[in-house]
Amino acid sequence: MSRTRTPVVPGWFTPDDTTAFRLLGTRCRRCRTVHFPREDASCRAPGCAGTALEEVPLSPRGRVWSYTDGRYRPPAPYPSDPGLPWRPYTLIAVELAAEGMVVLGQGAPGVTVADLAVGMEVEVVPGVLAEEDGRTLTTWHWRPVPGEAS
Amino acid sequence: MTGEVAVLGAGMHPWGKWGRDFTEYGTAAARAALADAGLEWSAIESVVGANTVRCGYPGQVAGATFARALGWQGAKVTSVYAACATGARAIDTARAQILSGMADTVLVVGADAAPKGFFAPAGGERPDDPDWLRFRVLGATNPAYFALWARRRMALYGDTPEDFARVKVKNAAAGALNARARYRSRVTAEEVAASAVVADPLRLLDICATSDGGAALVLGSMEVARRRGIRRPVRIRAVSSVSPRHPRTALDLPDIATDSAPAAGPGDDPFRPSIARAAYEEAGLGPEDLSLAEVYDLSTALELEWYEDLGLCGAGEGAKLLREGATALGGRIPVNPSGGLASFGEAVPAQAIAQVCELTWQLRGTAGDRQVAGAHTGITANQGLFGHGSSVIAVC
Ligand SMILES: [Zn+2]
Repeated sequence: MSRTRTPVVPGWFTPDDTTAFRLLGTRCRRCRTVHFPREDASCRAPGCAGTALEEVPLSPRGRVWSYTDGRYRPPAPYPSDPGLPWRPYTLIAVELAAEGMVVLGQGAPGVTVADLAVGMEVEVVPGVLAEEDGRTLTTWHWRPVPGEAS
Repeated sequence: MTGEVAVLGAGMHPWGKWGRDFTEYGTAAARAALADAGLEWSAIESVVGANTVRCGYPGQVAGATFARALGWQGAKVTSVYAACATGARAIDTARAQILSGMADTVLVVGADAAPKGFFAPAGGERPDDPDWLRFRVLGATNPAYFALWARRRMALYGDTPEDFARVKVKNAAAGALNARARYRSRVTAEEVAASAVVADPLRLLDICATSDGGAALVLGSMEVARRRGIRRPVRIRAVSSVSPRHPRTALDLPDIATDSAPAAGPGDDPFRPSIARAAYEEAGLGPEDLSLAEVYDLSTALELEWYEDLGLCGAGEGAKLLREGATALGGRIPVNPSGGLASFGEAVPAQAIAQVCELTWQLRGTAGDRQVAGAHTGITANQGLFGHGSSVIAVC
């Protein structure tokens, strides 16, 4: 049975079969401020009343601002089957230079805190968050750029 | 400088975990504060309740809930919510009523009955709610954010898990002297290191628990204090309630990303230091004037951040200040002489009020075994989810 692939949130990243997978933000046409998660109705910069925002892909690479892991199962609404054993995952906060922004995401499967260091270069890749109600929830993951070792 | 209001009474229900109705804790704290003030409930002109969103509708109209439990007597009633800063917001509301002449005696009450385990958002599907989204998309619990900040300190400043453990050891030693604390045992660095990792690098004993508890204050005008013959009341001299300034460049819960701050843009004005700065400016005081501080040690590492944000030391020097013993009882500037959240666990709407209760007892010189000698000026600091700064300065 093939499961439907569904983004965990619509509009936050490109389809996961695209060759150049990217997070998607929006940019204010008036003051050029970039927003992620996306703002579609109005710009959040103070002193700007812009209401026209265009979709922009975020930088595909950045540097680790900080990182941690989740040793215990988070509460709902995190999609996780309580019948299955809990497998810790990493959380990585990544600084994107061009946007001047830190974006949090889960580490790709197999990436542990032992593989990471603040300042290390990472890239965004498509990933699977969980299976839920017959759907595969897709998301973004951060992964060390090959060749970067801690 | 804003005018001062007098702390006429302070009271708490001890912190613990019983799962009873929060109204019971708040009512007990209110009665204790009234008794401490020597005032009848009927003499209170206004009640400000600090809301709890976990305890249903009564929790979201806390002012009326407590007024009803104490017996309707016609006082003005207000309820406020600002996440962890709720208690300070309630104090600020009471202060504004007093300074504007709307009321001379105001009862401020906050209480909570916290669930077991991680705090989680309310149920339902709410993709427009950043707090719901961070759990849904990332499973990013509160300790996950505390851990990100702790790791960042390790990378920037060279802090170690042993430094973090030292905060717990210090606060547990103070809490052991406080009858109102939930945890009253001393803790060793070895016990911290042996506790389970929750979110690397933080362990269970680095992270504050969630608790039941209630705290209350009776605030009044300086004129009321004089009429009651109180020669030197503890006075609230400043309440900071500032919000962040765009762009926020430090990742903060519940956000999944920071604001965008391109290199050419305006300089960074980090939020936590701005909370204390506003309090100092309003009070006309500075960090050098402080006798003690009560700060929100949601994690051990976060207490070190507050040292720096309050200006007790420079950026990156928090662990050094701790290692020197300056922030322990008997040190130059004791921080969390109450035992802090490490000894209490967080009872959200009550916690910022409890911080001011501790300042009150310290400034009166009635804090017993944990008394800071000669205490004359104290500050509290905390930060609520969604950008609520809170800091109170009290003097005597
Ligand atoms: Zn704009």
